[in-house]
Formats: sequence, structure tokens, C-alpha cells
Amino acid sequence: MTTSSTVGKRRDPGASPGSAPRRRKNLLGRQPLGLAFSAPYILFILAVLAYPLGYAVYISFHDFFFTAPGVAVERPFVGLENYIEVLSDPDVGRSFVNIGIFLIINVPLTVALSLILANALNRVTRLRTFFRVSYYVPYVTASVAVVGVWLFLFSQNGLVNSLLGSIAPDPSWLVNSTLAMPTVALYVTWKQLGFFILLYLAALQNIPEELYESAAVDGAGKFRQFWNITVPGVRSASVLVTLLATITGANLFTEPYLLTGGGGPDGASTSPVFLMYQEGILQGNPDTAAALGVVLVLGVLVIALIQRRIVGGKDD
Amino acid sequence: MAKDFQPTVATASTAPVSDDDTAAPRKSATARQRALKPVSFLLLAVGAFVFLFPFYYMFIGSLQTEPDTSVAGAFPNFGNITGQNYVLINESINLVRGLINSGIFTGGVILCTVIFGIPVGYALAQMQFRGRGMVFAMMLLVQMIPFQLLLIPLYVLIVRDYGLADSYLGMILPFAINSTAVFVFRQYFLQLPASLFEAARIDGASEMRILTQIAIPLVRPAIVTAMLLTFIGPWNEFLWPFLVTKDVAFQPLAVSLANYISNVAATAANPFGAILAGACVLAAPAVALFIGFQRQFISTNIGSSAKG
Repeated sequence: MTTSSTVGKRRDPGASPGSAPRRRKNLLGRQPLGLAFSAPYILFILAVLAYPLGYAVYISFHDFFFTAPGVAVERPFVGLENYIEVLSDPDVGRSFVNIGIFLIINVPLTVALSLILANALNRVTRLRTFFRVSYYVPYVTASVAVVGVWLFLFSQNGLVNSLLGSIAPDPSWLVNSTLAMPTVALYVTWKQLGFFILLYLAALQNIPEELYESAAVDGAGKFRQFWNITVPGVRSASVLVTLLATITGANLFTEPYLLTGGGGPDGASTSPVFLMYQEGILQGNPDTAAALGVVLVLGVLVIALIQRRIVGGKDD
Repeated sequence: MAKDFQPTVATASTAPVSDDDTAAPRKSATARQRALKPVSFLLLAVGAFVFLFPFYYMFIGSLQTEPDTSVAGAFPNFGNITGQNYVLINESINLVRGLINSGIFTGGVILCTVIFGIPVGYALAQMQFRGRGMVFAMMLLVQMIPFQLLLIPLYVLIVRDYGLADSYLGMILPFAINSTAVFVFRQYFLQLPASLFEAARIDGASEMRILTQIAIPLVRPAIVTAMLLTFIGPWNEFLWPFLVTKDVAFQPLAVSLANYISNVAATAANPFGAILAGACVLAAPAVALFIGFQRQFISTNIGSSAKG
């Protein structure tokens, strides 16, 4: 969103009046060597991102299976067969419901907590660096490492349950089919929050201080200032935060794989990416897995558009 | 934007104080502002506790002979301290091997990002050439492509077709050039005055020389930040190296620890102690690097996210 303005503002070296006279206009631009400088990156993107992207769609429309390298086999076009198989699979349905539960918990919680904490961080001067660092630490740590502690904390006899005493859920958090997905959502919120706090912190710097001053003069309380100035002031950041949180949610793999022991209990915390791994790589059906990937990305796109409508307000 | 704001501010500040339920004279408004600081501070302190406690608990747990999950177990107990868990995890998964593999994977990605990313960043910021807009648009789009869509085709291509399973190259390839780092490089090169480069060109310096002798020395902090930013990706990455490496000799620590958690843990005498010990080893380098360079780290993220 903001990038277009960056591009627009970009100055054109040599094009401004009064600079050195224009040298010969080359067909490839003034510094054609720029293409050579960009060549490795362009190649990288084409080979590792663009081509596989097309290939994913190709695989999803064909009867595709793994072969030894170099073996030429017939891979007939099967139309929407893989998609039909994916969409009629109850496990897939379950995983999408799970992601839905995840997003309903994770996205609002992330937006609310990160905005509140960023706002508090913006006010406080003492220990600011300490707070910033402590919020960011979970984000920079490998999920595999922190999952270990969460397993320990939320196990049957874990610290969380011993603190809760008799109100501890039974069966425990991660093996409880209603609580498994919310616990995963809570874990991811905790893990990613630091990044979103920083995003909001940056956005808060763009709200002119005078707005708060005049609102205070008008007698608006802290809460009204927050609601009427801060929240609309960081709207574009909120759009970005919801989008990124949604993408992270759709990408969920490590957490159901490790935290709930492979999407357990009984598939109550499977995620689409986990199913892609199971279907595509363990069971050797890359075609249905690719179709699931395409469906998932389309789903994320739709959700992102809806969110943009809701969060973005009228001006978007 | 700022123009739109001005009239609002003016009317707001000159308007009479009419909302009497929330109305307060100037003095108490600022007093209230001051009074709210402790609330913010308390909120932040609670937040910091929630964020840091699991790390503290990770470390304490890794030192316990017997896993103590009671509330008392959260405090250090000198009768229950041992280094045995680190020995135990090291017997199951070779920690040094894992760290070396993580290091090669991460180092390879950082190296490729610096070597190939800096010239692109420079070209995008300070060179005029056909297709520049396209390269820039591509760089932004790439960051939007979800990895799950690439999972299957990349697996088919890299593992099956190119036979790069259980190799560092296979691990590194999909992450080789970090597009966010390229964006950071571009932003920093953009801040340098274009006239500097024009002058060097008029003096007959080649683009390569301008890049290595003028541009790069001027953006050295950007290189540090981009390296840090690139570091966390591959160091913490689990899914891709997990798919590519079945051979223990090539597994990064995140993968071997995850395998330990999901398979072997049941057979260990103190699985939590061993898991937490492994977790500490995996977390320590990233946390230490981040705390050491926290200034660069935070400004990068703000810079790249706010502008992009």
C-alpha cells in the first residue's frame, strides 16, 4: 500500500532540470549493467518461485505421482478430479474448520494485544529497551525450541494445571479435543506478538501528537483518545497485521505437528499444511496435496479481502 | 495527508469544551495523562513476564534432575540441579553436528543473500535500466507468495528431480536470496544521494567499482541488519529442512530436536529435561545474537515494514 508512494517519490537521477546533459539513450536504459546486477536474483525468483508456482497448478490438474529422477511417465490431465477429491475429504474439511477456529481466536487477539502493548510502550520511557527486547524474544526463537517449553507447561501435570488446581481442564489442554486448537492459537499469538507490536509501534509514530493534545483539551479521556485517534490512526497497519496473522495461521505446520503430536487428538488440531505433508509426501499423492495448496491459498485470499473490507474502513 | 489533518486540529483545539461528562480543565487532563503512566508500565511489566517466563522455565527445566512441575519447581532448587540432561540429549541427537548443520544452512543463505542481494538492491536504487520496475514489483510480490503453495512442487523438483535430498544445497536453494533483505538494501542505497553516483560515473568509475568502493562502505550498517534479519529465517526453519533431510548427518538442530520430541522422547528417563536442554541449545544463538544487536534488529523491521 505504502510502497506505491515510495516508487512514486523515487527520483530519477539525471532527469531533473539543471543536472548533467542527458547522455545517449540506451535501449536498455542508462545503466544497462543493472540488468546484470539483477540477473542472479531474477534467475532465483524464476527458478525457485515462479516456475514452482506454475508447476503447483499443473500438478493439481494432473494425475501426478513420484518417480525416480529421469523416468518419463504419462501423467494424464484429470481436470478437477484432484480438487473434487480434496473438497470431499472430511479430514480436509476438519482442517479448514480448525484453521477457522485458529483465526477467530488468533487474529483479534493479536490485533488487540499488540496495539494495546505498542500503545503502552509508546508512552513509557523507562525500561523501554528491556520491554521491546522481551516482547521480541519469542519471535526470534525457533518454534521447535519453544514448543518444548509449552509441552512442559501445558502437560497433564504441568505448571499451568498445577496453578489452576481443581479447575484444570480434563483431559489436559493439548490432548483435549475442544481445547487443542485454541491452545495452539494462543501459542502462536504469544510467539508472533512481538513482531506485530513493533509494526504498530512504527505506525504510532506517524500519528501527530497535536491530535492527542487537542483531544485532551477538549476533555476526551484516555479511552476515547485511544478509540478515536489511535485506532483509526493505525488502520493501515491493522490491515497489514490482520493479513500477516492470517497468512501465518494458514501456514500452520510445526505447531500441530509437535505441540499436539500430529494434529491430535483425533484430528482436532490438524492444519491444511499438515495434511499436505501427510497426503503429498508421506502417502505419495502430490497431486491432491497440490490441489489442497491451491484451495488453501485461494481461501486465504478471500479471507484477506474480507478482512480488508472490515478493517480497512471506508477509505480503502 | 498532513494537510487534511490541519483543519481538524485547528477546529478541535479552538472548539469550546462542550462534552461535559468527559470535560476536564487543562490541568487535570495532563494530570490524568501522567496518572496513566503507571498503568501502562504495569501492563508492560505483565507482558514482559508472560513473554520471558517460558524462557526462564526452559532453562530451569533443562537443569532439573527430576521434572518438577509444581509451582515450587519454577524456582531454582539446588538439590535438583544437574547437567545430565544436556549429556542425555547429546547422546540421542548429536548437538554439535546439529549446530554445524544449522550453521551451514543459515550461513549459506546469508552468504547468497549478501553476495547476490546487494547488487540487486543497488541496481534498484541507483541504476536506470530497462525492467527495473519489473524487478521491483517481483521483489514485492515474492514476499506475498505463500510457502505452502510451493511446498509440493519444490519437493518434487528439488528432492525428486534434482536429487538434492540430504544435501546442504537442497536445503539452502529455496531460501537462497532473502527478498526482505534485498528490500532493506534498496532502502538504504536509496538514501544515498544520487549525485554521488553520477559524479563517480562521470569520473569514469565502473559500476562494479562504484558498488564495491563507494556504495557498500556507506551502507555497512544495512548489511549487518540484513544479515541478522536473514539469520532468523533458516535458523528457525523447520518444515523445509525436515522434508529435505532424512539423513541425520545433514539435519539442522531444529529438525533433529523435533524428531527427538516426536519419536524418541517417550523412551528417555526424563524426556522434558532432555527436550528443554536441546531447546536451550537451539534457542541460545538466536537469542544471544538478537540481544547483542537489538538496536539494528528493531530498526530494520520497523524500516522494512513501515515503508513496505
